[in-house]
Amino acid sequence: MKKVTVEICCGTACYLLGSAKLLTLEEQLPEEWKEFVQIKALPCLNLCESAKLGAAPFVRLNQTEIMPEATMEKVLARIGKLVNRDDD
Amino acid sequence: MIRFIRAFHNGVLEKELDQIPIKMRPKDGVSSRCCIYHDRAVIKYHLMNLLGVSCNEETDEAKLLAEYYREKAERQSASQAPASSDSEGNPCQHPLSVCEAACSECPGSRVVVTGNCRGCFSRPCMYACPQKAISVVDQKSTIDEDLCIKCGKCISACPFHAIVKTTVPCEEACPTSAIHKDDQGHTTIDYSKCIACGNCLAKCPFSAIMEKSQVLDVLLALKAGEKLVAVIAPSAAAQLPGTIEQLFTAVSRLGFYDVMEVALGAEETSRHEAAEFKERMAKGEKLMTTSCCSAYVEMVRKLLPSFLPHVSSTPSPMMFTAEIARREIPDCKVVFIGPCVAKRIEAQRKGVDFVLNFEELGAMLAGQGIDVISCEPWKLTRPAIPSARNYCRSCGVTKAVLEEAGDLPEGFQLDAKFIDGIDHKTLAMLKLYEAGKLPANFLEVMSCPGGCVNGPCSLRK
Repeated sequence: MKKVTVEICCGTACYLLGSAKLLTLEEQLPEEWKEFVQIKALPCLNLCESAKLGAAPFVRLNQTEIMPEATMEKVLARIGKLVNRDDD
Repeated sequence: MIRFIRAFHNGVLEKELDQIPIKMRPKDGVSSRCCIYHDRAVIKYHLMNLLGVSCNEETDEAKLLAEYYREKAERQSASQAPASSDSEGNPCQHPLSVCEAACSECPGSRVVVTGNCRGCFSRPCMYACPQKAISVVDQKSTIDEDLCIKCGKCISACPFHAIVKTTVPCEEACPTSAIHKDDQGHTTIDYSKCIACGNCLAKCPFSAIMEKSQVLDVLLALKAGEKLVAVIAPSAAAQLPGTIEQLFTAVSRLGFYDVMEVALGAEETSRHEAAEFKERMAKGEKLMTTSCCSAYVEMVRKLLPSFLPHVSSTPSPMMFTAEIARREIPDCKVVFIGPCVAKRIEAQRKGVDFVLNFEELGAMLAGQGIDVISCEPWKLTRPAIPSARNYCRSCGVTKAVLEEAGDLPEGFQLDAKFIDGIDHKTLAMLKLYEAGKLPANFLEVMSCPGGCVNGPCSLRK
């Protein structure tokens, strides 16, 4: 399994549009993933400013990958892919 | 809503207003209703309500949103006072209205046999029915709707859970049966019965009940440089990111002159209410109820005026806080921020200038790019006491009043009962109390189960 960092934007817009719910992500993680996944709640990432990136709430995975309109299901599914990836 | 506010700050609201529905539901995008055109029509009504024009006020369907905006802005610059309290009972002044375009006109409540019926031969449904409305046709139970009284006995009798009662969410949620269908099947609100509890607003899954907003009035007033004081209800805790102190800073950065806790007014309310209780009991009265819940007061005023003498005459925390604000900053206008619809009516009647809900506040912050959790904590001149901050939870008012009441005369007790959430039975219960069937001598009434924290415009449920 690979390490994954999940950064949840807690800017006002993201929080209102659903990142408040994402803050319970840790409870939703399957036991076996827990030691590999690091979850952070951050102040506004300024991703909502650009219409190109999509709509709030935003989550950033592994510092680079941006997920717009994040939901618990989408984030969990993506984490699943990332912890089990076999690149490098 | 965020788009709306962002456009306002960029000074392009008037120009872009009528484009917002299209931009939100573009040609190749997804729709949440039957098609993007239906969505756009409903979004238009949402925007109209944001402009402070309720669905009841629409006279010309073709009128552009920009025109509504212009009218409002002109009225603001001419500083005409908004319609005063003499307009009470006028559906155009009421905060709630039904948007026909959004209403799905849910079929009226019925008891129906579903495909799960196995046509069993012990037929418990038939025997359970007191009206003999159920018969078996082609091996399936069938309900004669003319005879059915919707008692639901067959529902619990069926071992296959094959019988269900369909409901109309808004009608089910309305404690005073004010919302109903007219002859054409359109949902309408009977404003002589509506207590503005906001249950229908919270429960309609089509968002067809709309709330007339004052967000534009506040934005315009802020822009014009008026001295606005935000008074924030204690139920604001955990509604938005960050701490309450950070939220206060964020609100002041919106351009408010000052920010205050409504809990400060709640302290006054407890003190007065405790004194009033003692006085009333000394006079030999048997029952006093709280007065802080606007929906409850509205219910007594409209539906059981004879009960009014039992309602405490103490002003609500909102009113006391407004008084404090006006004392400290004489030429200010007061903006109450809370989770409540009925407060809009109380504000209209008793002269609090504007009311915003937490969603509107959140949109204002997001629209201006104010990040609450990056804000410095606000320095409260004097933090309110915990019991006053606890007003927003059921039983909190009683606790605070008990604390204030201190020693009661010998052999005398404050015996409290609670109505935690006004429902269909509440009115009948109040009538019983009035007739002398007293539950206690102190009655706390909260329209929302659990208190204001579960208000209709609360963001976290």
